[in-house]
Amino acid sequence: MVNFDKVTFEYIRRDEDGNVEGINKALDEIDLDVKKGDFIAILGANGSGKSTLARHINALLKPTEGTVYIEELDTKDEKNHLSIREKTGMVFQNPDNQIIASIVEEDVGFGPENIGVPTKEIWERVAEALEKTGMTAYREKSPNNLSGGQKQRVAIAGILAMKPDCIVLDEPTAMLDPEGRKEVIKTVTELNKTEGITIILITHYMTEVVGADKVYVMEKGSIKLQGTPRQIFSKVETLAEYKLDVPQVTWIAHQLRKAGLKLPECVLTVDELVEALKELVQYD
Amino acid sequence: MLRDITLGQYYPAESVIHRLDPRTKFLGTLAFIVALFLFKTFWGFLLCGGFIIFVTALAKLPIKFLIKGMRPILFLLLFMMIFNLLLTPGEIIGQWWIFRVTKEGVYAALFMGLRLVMLVFGSSIMTYTTTPNKLTSGMESVFGFLKIFKVPVHELAMMISIALRFIPILLDETNKIMKAQQARGADFETGGLIKRAKALVPLLIPLFVSAFRRAEELAEAMEARCYHGGKGRTKMKPLKYHLRDLIAYLSLIGLIVGCVFIP
Repeated sequence: MVNFDKVTFEYIRRDEDGNVEGINKALDEIDLDVKKGDFIAILGANGSGKSTLARHINALLKPTEGTVYIEELDTKDEKNHLSIREKTGMVFQNPDNQIIASIVEEDVGFGPENIGVPTKEIWERVAEALEKTGMTAYREKSPNNLSGGQKQRVAIAGILAMKPDCIVLDEPTAMLDPEGRKEVIKTVTELNKTEGITIILITHYMTEVVGADKVYVMEKGSIKLQGTPRQIFSKVETLAEYKLDVPQVTWIAHQLRKAGLKLPECVLTVDELVEALKELVQYD
Repeated sequence: MLRDITLGQYYPAESVIHRLDPRTKFLGTLAFIVALFLFKTFWGFLLCGGFIIFVTALAKLPIKFLIKGMRPILFLLLFMMIFNLLLTPGEIIGQWWIFRVTKEGVYAALFMGLRLVMLVFGSSIMTYTTTPNKLTSGMESVFGFLKIFKVPVHELAMMISIALRFIPILLDETNKIMKAQQARGADFETGGLIKRAKALVPLLIPLFVSAFRRAEELAEAMEARCYHGGKGRTKMKPLKYHLRDLIAYLSLIGLIVGCVFIP
């Protein structure tokens, strides 16, 4: 579905007169292969290059070297851009800056309008997308009266109405409160499970990636770690080097283990920790 | 303070006027404005005034709401009326110091004032009863013929509708910046006009910076959603004329004819 082949991307820094000051490698020979229906999470601290990577999937940025393929379509070719963007939707960080229309349903219809879907089908798609994101009740409201989490769900509905195979979410929860964060992650997880839509979630909140099939950790433009959430989170110290924290319960379990308690190597959820502790108590 | 501006806002209600095609309302407003300047006697005022009251009633708009919308032009209105009153030459009916009030001046001031009031009333009925999106899509269609002259009609309409969407967001942001600066001792409320204007500069700079950042992000989001100008674009809510639009056009023609032939 999404294929990165030795992708390098360079930002050229210029001083005030336009002279080249230096070159920053935002991506450094990235190889990535995402299969259809996968739920992928990309982790990284600020400036690790994860947003740059996301923008390559949607052809908003083109690689300096290497190639990005979206279902065999090369993002370097301008002619492919529309079909690539139809296949891979993108949700951005700031909910306000990606809603175009003043009414929820009109915003959801914006994508289908752009790709030339007939009027009648736009209405069907809008109704379906709002239903799937649980926003039907708000279809005639102004986006300004919605909460952050609801706005992001509208943004997701706007992408869904384009019938994509893949949704890239670039830190969709960074500006939300805990409630909104849960809403968005729940919606995304459901879409992956029930609709089989490939999800690429970029975030720095560790708890959000627990449900992912595969996690990539980025630092300074390259992928440093990859594996299942359990494999990744067992490396508490390595993650700390990349300025990332494991989920709180994983950290507590890790500390307890270091203190000598016989706990499993990597604990991801509160329930798991409770179970493990119960077992310990019974054992004694 | 900024929130009091009701001019150009949508007032949601279920009415025939709300359901009219935006093109009808736009062209109708133009026709009404033309009609306002066609008549020369008092009877014309009655006709146009009656028309506007009738439309307001049909649109189920509260009069209070319309009058509130007049406040921003109150100063302009008084200014125009006073100048007309004092500077029109003719038969003098009153005099005080260097001021001279003439019969023609009274008429001119009254006519001008009433015309202006009705003009604003008429055009605000259009904006009160039409959502910004419908209005821009109506304007896009009305001015569509300009595309022959390479005028980017679709792009302009898109710009207007985005601007309208971001007005409340930027107002909120202005309030936030103001509060943040007041918390650090900025003073927006005291001092003369110049001092207050100067106090606004540090407010405008962060506002502009943030507006540009928003614009950039929005452009990216639009591009990501396949926006590529008006070419090959379909519409979720295409414009369609109904019988009610025909009736509206006919009554407006009637109004214009009436204004021309009224004694």
